[in-house]
Amino acid sequence: MNPSAADQIVTETFLDVRAKLLEIAATLDRVDRCLDESGDPLGSVAPASGRLGSVANDQQEKLREGIRILLSEGPDRAARLQHLFSRPYQADWRETMKV
Amino acid sequence: MDYIDPHIHMVSRTTDDYATLARMGCVAMSEPAFWAGYDRGSVDGFRDYFRQLTQTEPKRAAQFGIQHFTWLCINAKEAENVSLSRDVIAMIPEFLDAPNVLGIGEIGLNKNTKNEATIFLEHVDLAVQYNQSILIHTPHLEDKYQGTRMILDMLTGDSRLDRSRVLVDHVEEHTIQEVLDQGFWAGMTLYPVTKCTPERAVDMIERYGGERMLANSAGDWGPSKPTAVPDLIFEMRRRGHSESLIRKVVYDNPIEFFSKSTRFEFTPRDGVQTV
Repeated sequence: MNPSAADQIVTETFLDVRAKLLEIAATLDRVDRCLDESGDPLGSVAPASGRLGSVANDQQEKLREGIRILLSEGPDRAARLQHLFSRPYQADWRETMKV
Repeated sequence: MDYIDPHIHMVSRTTDDYATLARMGCVAMSEPAFWAGYDRGSVDGFRDYFRQLTQTEPKRAAQFGIQHFTWLCINAKEAENVSLSRDVIAMIPEFLDAPNVLGIGEIGLNKNTKNEATIFLEHVDLAVQYNQSILIHTPHLEDKYQGTRMILDMLTGDSRLDRSRVLVDHVEEHTIQEVLDQGFWAGMTLYPVTKCTPERAVDMIERYGGERMLANSAGDWGPSKPTAVPDLIFEMRRRGHSESLIRKVVYDNPIEFFSKSTRFEFTPRDGVQTV
């Protein structure tokens, strides 16, 4: 662990990461705005994911879980995000497919 | 810095791209056979494609001082057509003596189906039968993890295979360790959205050290950037990595892996031939 290198990474990437966070925030706002315009009362406290179609709802839930992973500790956030967005491994695939 | 792009689909790129790559330091490339954006209707469609890969592209590349190598197969997407796949596999040996053929590839899985797995195993058998190296495509997005594990199951279940002659491509953070732990080469594809950025690829190099690791652009007819490998070089330099480590990943490692192929002959700019 090199604290000065960590400082350098945070400083150098700050604007890039800030921009990515803003893109995420703006996208979530856009979703909420669409739901408001489609008849939901402005200021509704219901989470957007509860008012989406089933496919979009599942995707939105995955994104929310992804955001929780970003806020967690540990060196393997990228790998954990990848697993979140992956179908699980089925070890018995050869028997199931008869290959 | 001279570099080698071990996975790029130049049939989809313009001659201007060859010129740009040469100016950025590309001295060699390998082009695996892949899906053309549509399903071909007959074995003769593949025969013409293999002529393009073994005759036309080496000439286009040579105009710019780039050495062009290739890999032959029917890709995983079209492998759903088992009958056509078997016709193509039976035809591939016609081209295995062409001077730029490094082996069988990019074979693999797309949607992880029974037919894809069946044809994958038949390609592996062809490679063993003809003493060929193998280049492997792993699936996209949510199918990648299961598909990569299925591929590793099939490869490790075949005791005839020399793992040092197999490259498992398109690895990401959740698949690279198992590929390396099993003794295979791991390829990182630098793609704008669906695979891996240069920054994340450098993260993986920092975590795993660069041994048996390759980086490629997979430039093709979709959203892709044929100059992505120079982007990786720039990012490694920006982070202060040594020139020797950069060169290992983008030049020495491709040569070491390609040298496992019986037909690989490479002449670097300094003129000392690698066979």
